[in-house]
Amino acid sequence: MKKFAGLLLVVLVLGAVTGVVLAQNALLINGAGASFPNPIYSKWISEYTKKSAGVQINYQSVGSGAGIKQVTDGTVDFGASDGPMNDDQLKAYQDKHGFPILHFPTVLGAAVPTYNIPGVTATLNFTPEALAGIFLGKITMWNDPAIASANKGVNLPAKGITVVHRSDGSGTTYIWTDYLSKVSEEWKSKVGSGTSVNWPVGLGGKNSEGVTAQIKNAPNSIGYVELIYASSNNVPYGTVKNSSGDFIKADLASVSAAAAGAAKNMPDDFRVSITNAPGKTAYPISSFTWLLVPSKFSSSDANKRDAIKGFLNWALTDGQGYTEALAYAKLPKPVVDKELKAINNIQ
Amino acid sequence: MATTTTTVPSASPVAGSRSFLSRLRDGDEIARLITFLFAATVVLITLLLVFELWKGSALPRHKFGFAFFRTTTWDPIFDKFGALPFIFGTLVTAVVSLLIAVPLGIGAAIFLAELAPARVSDTLEFFIDLLAAVPSVIYGLLGVFIVIPLMRDYVQPAIQQTLGFLPLFSGPIYGLGFLTAGIVLAIMVIPYIISVSREVLLSVPRDQREAALSLGSTRWESTWKVVVPFARTGIMGSIFLALARALGETMAVTMVIGNTPTISASLFSPGYSIAAVIANEFTEATGDLYLQSLIELGMVLFLLTFVLNGLARLLIVATSQRGGGTGHA
Amino acid sequence: MSSRLRWRKFVSGFMLTMTGVCAFVSVAVLFFILGYLIYHGGTSISWSFFTRLPVPVGEVGGGMANAIVGSAKLLLLATLIGVPIGFFGAIYLAEFSGSTTAFVVRYAADLLNGVPSIVIGIFAYSLVVLPFKHFSTLAGGVALGVMMIPITLRSTEEFLLAVPRPLREGAMALGASKWKTIATVIVPAAYRGILTAILLAFARVAGETAPLLFTAFGNEYWSRGWTQPTASLPEMIYRYALSPYEDWHRQAWAAGLVLLALILVVNIVARGILARGIAVPRS
Repeated sequence: MKKFAGLLLVVLVLGAVTGVVLAQNALLINGAGASFPNPIYSKWISEYTKKSAGVQINYQSVGSGAGIKQVTDGTVDFGASDGPMNDDQLKAYQDKHGFPILHFPTVLGAAVPTYNIPGVTATLNFTPEALAGIFLGKITMWNDPAIASANKGVNLPAKGITVVHRSDGSGTTYIWTDYLSKVSEEWKSKVGSGTSVNWPVGLGGKNSEGVTAQIKNAPNSIGYVELIYASSNNVPYGTVKNSSGDFIKADLASVSAAAAGAAKNMPDDFRVSITNAPGKTAYPISSFTWLLVPSKFSSSDANKRDAIKGFLNWALTDGQGYTEALAYAKLPKPVVDKELKAINNIQ
Repeated sequence: MATTTTTVPSASPVAGSRSFLSRLRDGDEIARLITFLFAATVVLITLLLVFELWKGSALPRHKFGFAFFRTTTWDPIFDKFGALPFIFGTLVTAVVSLLIAVPLGIGAAIFLAELAPARVSDTLEFFIDLLAAVPSVIYGLLGVFIVIPLMRDYVQPAIQQTLGFLPLFSGPIYGLGFLTAGIVLAIMVIPYIISVSREVLLSVPRDQREAALSLGSTRWESTWKVVVPFARTGIMGSIFLALARALGETMAVTMVIGNTPTISASLFSPGYSIAAVIANEFTEATGDLYLQSLIELGMVLFLLTFVLNGLARLLIVATSQRGGGTGHA
Repeated sequence: MSSRLRWRKFVSGFMLTMTGVCAFVSVAVLFFILGYLIYHGGTSISWSFFTRLPVPVGEVGGGMANAIVGSAKLLLLATLIGVPIGFFGAIYLAEFSGSTTAFVVRYAADLLNGVPSIVIGIFAYSLVVLPFKHFSTLAGGVALGVMMIPITLRSTEEFLLAVPRPLREGAMALGASKWKTIATVIVPAAYRGILTAILLAFARVAGETAPLLFTAFGNEYWSRGWTQPTASLPEMIYRYALSPYEDWHRQAWAAGLVLLALILVVNIVARGILARGIAVPRS
């Protein structure tokens, strides 16, 4: 008994010691959201905090939906999402806090179709009809004319297609389903777009890693992942036909081309979808990704507000210089200018 | 010198009840009260949890009612939610895992408690406890990188060739699915069965075994017919622990089950479990009906455990004729 | 020898060998897993793993120093919450309670045990995170502590009840009060099993990720005190293992190994400190 009490005492003391707040008083800002831009945000944060000592920005890539939820609940200081908040979500935020939440596009990215067909090494071309048909479960064989007609000269096998999608809620799913909803009426009415949908067919993989692992392990399979992921992991992906009729492979240039059109008509709240964008060289499954920032901070959080504003400012100017190295397309200049003005709306 | 006579208070307990004050003085009442408070905390926490689950699932309960249990659709866009595929997947994987883990686990526990020399038994037990300490994500990774390819390339084709006429083993082979999830779960819960069963078997008094042996039973008979029944409630307790773990396991399952809400007669089919869908979708669920439907799923899992526990308890009461030395339900 | 006897002897030999096979299979699987983990983790462990903080996504050379400390703090808190409740509650069940109360408490514990860890996370989220409006080590500790309670409670109770009657009666006959009997005779007699129960519960929660996802949340920096979000080993493993970066994969395996080693150390230290002779002789 005495030994037990002694042990307990030691344990309590240790606990008290570890609980002591250390001398430094850095300002900790918490953010949560999309995993899609995590690499660039992580780089930005590290570069920015080198410049501003005393500021720590803790960003956790828990997913777009989680980012929206957490910032609405008030448990984090800012959120991040690959899909803009819809009207219901905006209203929910406004009702809860009494002031609106602001969207700030930060970078551009894309979702690409990846596949694993033993014996096929060529880059496949996919039409919107083919993609919609495959993911709806209507096109079930690789040598279906809908796919073969765009891939003359490729020996597509008479094998069944295994579809792989994300099982966790994901911004990449949002971009993918947003595109399919635009190019297929049937998809729009049957399935719709969102971070999590009721997939008609397919296996679910957790994260891009899970999807890639499933595809690698299942011959004759197809799935979708972020461009950054595919290019940094040498995962083969195909081209997609855009609204002008050209088959485009996703890369920085084609993604930027998709945004260029949107830049002209950017709404004031920055919520816009650029999938299936017009433009001869535009890649059709591209998207902005946004930071979600409250428009008002309480007076006790003035430091946080200033730090976030400073970070945003830096990210939209100097920060854009880091994007291409990490395979993100930078924002078009008109959009940046508009945003820099909008930062002043944060009070 | 004046001598004082002191009456030595009798140390032996007096037959019949003692006064409240004397019990208090001995500290028994306080001990009873303190330990009661701790036990009551357990019940309180559970009640609070149930309350939170109930409150948090109000919307779908009112909207779907009992149809929630029959519906197979899970559609976050069109706000239609049904629990059936997840209940199915949870039950199937749990049953498969127990079918594998219980015989293996009890067998191993018997070996370690009865046959193995003490040092071997202790060392092996030490390592088996370590197995329980491996994080579930690691099990998931091993499932993805090792078990799935093994299943896909060797085990499942072999089973399909021999037993493929059974609907249980029919259908396309992906390597993942109910069977694989069940196997991974079995590996995860075996340590619980082994360590607790072994300890309970070890605590069976020596004279029980010796009595059986002296009556002419073989080593196996004395073990199986005397020692094990004596330890029956402890062993069943370990199986409950294992079952609870299998029902609630999240990470490892979601990496090997295929994450597809399907109901199928085939163990090779991909599926989904309640815990896996909550893990995948909870942090992303925006929209009250969606979020609360997930919470209702959590409550369903809770109910499942409730029912299974009740059934198992009835089983114990019905079958406990011979003395488990402890004799409680 | 009659044929019936021969048969029984054969069955005996056969079944006992089968138990050996069971043990062998279980242990073989275990050694395989451990070997795999040690190989992949061991080759990735470096000094920087223990001392450095995480670096930006995609860069190499970061470490998990904050996650190691974070896990230690979370587990400490969880043990302080879970073990006393489980242990003393079990004493009540085994020694003091009537059968209806016992039934209710046991049932409640089994129910609690069956709650998926992620639902416990939801519970801790609504209980601790929402009211305080931020993620914290405290919330994570509460979630893990609640998970430890049922395992500790049920297993401890089993072992307390398994203490043979003669021991209890002997103590009572010597005039010891009930609580003294418990403290000096029954608990020591069952200590091995109780320790097993506590260590099982500890091991169980040490590797849990799901309940930490929205309680402790994660932190790229050092977490100070108990009210800030904190990184933890399981959460880092989960994140790194599912990422596309080779360096992160190696760190994930290393973290898995470190976590296992941490549990191992706790195991050894606990058994060592609380070791007393075995009160009940093994047969």
